[in-house]
Amino acid sequence: MLLLIGAFTIGLILSLLALGVFISFRIFEFPDITADGSITLGGAVAAALIVTGVHPLLASAAAFAAGTVAGTTTGILHTRFKINSLLSGILVMTSLYSVNLHIMGRSNVPLLSERTLASMAESAAQRVLGSGTLHLAGWEVSARDVGVFLLLFGVTVGVSVALYLFFRTNIGTAMQAAGDNAQMIRALGVNVENMIVLGLALSNGLIALAGALLTQYQGFADVQMGIGMVVWGLASVIIGEALVGVRDLGYVIIGAIMGSVLFRLIVALALRGGLDPNDLKLITAVFVFIALVAPRLTRLRRRARPVEG
Amino acid sequence: MLQIHAAYKTFNPGTSNEVRALRGVDLKIDEGSFVIVIGSNGSGKSTLQTAIAGGFVLDSGTLTLDGTNITAWPEHRRAAFIGRVFQNPFSGTAPSMSIAENFALAARRGRPRGLGWTLSRSMLREIHDAVHRLNIGLEQRLEQPIGTLSGGQRQALTLLMASWRKPKLLLLDEHTAALDPKSADQVIQLSEEIVARDKLTTLMVTHSMQQATQLGDRLVMMHRGRVIHDFRGADKQRLRVDDLLNRFEDVRRAEQLDESAAEMLQRLYV
Repeated sequence: MLLLIGAFTIGLILSLLALGVFISFRIFEFPDITADGSITLGGAVAAALIVTGVHPLLASAAAFAAGTVAGTTTGILHTRFKINSLLSGILVMTSLYSVNLHIMGRSNVPLLSERTLASMAESAAQRVLGSGTLHLAGWEVSARDVGVFLLLFGVTVGVSVALYLFFRTNIGTAMQAAGDNAQMIRALGVNVENMIVLGLALSNGLIALAGALLTQYQGFADVQMGIGMVVWGLASVIIGEALVGVRDLGYVIIGAIMGSVLFRLIVALALRGGLDPNDLKLITAVFVFIALVAPRLTRLRRRARPVEG
Repeated sequence: MLQIHAAYKTFNPGTSNEVRALRGVDLKIDEGSFVIVIGSNGSGKSTLQTAIAGGFVLDSGTLTLDGTNITAWPEHRRAAFIGRVFQNPFSGTAPSMSIAENFALAARRGRPRGLGWTLSRSMLREIHDAVHRLNIGLEQRLEQPIGTLSGGQRQALTLLMASWRKPKLLLLDEHTAALDPKSADQVIQLSEEIVARDKLTTLMVTHSMQQATQLGDRLVMMHRGRVIHDFRGADKQRLRVDDLLNRFEDVRRAEQLDESAAEMLQRLYV
């Protein structure tokens, strides 16, 4: 149970990462590697602010804002300076490594005795449920786990509803159209370049928020915490699409969250089953590779099958 | 309404792929007129449309629309005044978005887009009425992704979207060239109805001599980046397909003459 609830919680946090990756990769087909840097940026900003006594809510909001700045930078490099999309992301991601070290002042900032959203959720849960452990359907869980889980569930639902509503507004619809058919929406008076910048800002804001929440949940920020995260997010999005199919945007958002949670659960079980943690990134990358190639392989095989009759 | 003055454009200047697409185009289009542009391949007729829409900046010359100099305006800014239908039926709509969303996007052509609700109830009602007038039953399928429709249906919807908010100028760029004959006829008929009903100032490029003679109140023939003929009023109404073919033949012969004359001069003097 401890394993399950932990996996669920991290899955929920990383679903914000998946939503960010969904915006850049799926709406704009922009392979935005900035994510690896901006999730760490979110963690670094939140940790640095919390250590100086800033309210964790405010620190998380600041992390979101920092992420939007990172995304805006990538967007401007690509649209104004005409740098290749992949390279723009790589440039910003690389420079963020130094920025993050400057923000934190060292490579790792612990938050064990600080007031964080996680510790606040824990004490709130203790006030309601009483201290210590409680029994849930025959399982023993701590008040902290329940509190943090509920908090993140609320945050995830709130963020995804807000995102869904945003894509139902005039500007959100225009943003989707900018990714779907740039020529058409330009002829309807939308500055496509600005839409790409705005979309990347939103995407990286969400990813940095995921970093801030992850930092507060695990109790530290680390300059290495972002490595491979963009692939992780992509894996979640792909699983989500397999679960719900590519349909209405609402389903796609729910799918990305479900994909993130499911992927985390699979990883937790695999680690429990004896998977070497060092192999995790390799296996994630191989998984994404298979998910990208599998549809093409089945198509090829179908075509190769002789026509009957 | 629209005034094009001494428009020049050369693509890839100074390279072996150099194309002198516009070589001094002068054209003045009156408000409410329906102008047909014809010309052979490479005559610059589509380039002229793209130039007006803002797909590139002219090398020299000016574009004035309704008294405003728009020569330096980017494409998305000009869209406030211009409605467009492209040759490719897939270019004018966002395939993965619904019919209703596509129309809502067109409804705000050239207007600011903020956090207002895209598909408000009044907007949905307006869209329903607009699509209903097409009489092909699509108003029952407004939630459907527009990419699931046929090319003809998409082109009809694009035309409706482009003309919906009564643009100051409607640009039709060979918008039936990629359709089957039946759909092409329907789209042409619809274009004629809409332009006549809303008295839209229209510039239509076409390959079809038939369309060129049947539609519009003015016909402009382009060749090698210049306007070579301009028929208006009664002259335009008298034009038949054969007349146009003869004009094209004249152009071809004149060019051959030029070439053989150049050859002769070269033989004699070089």
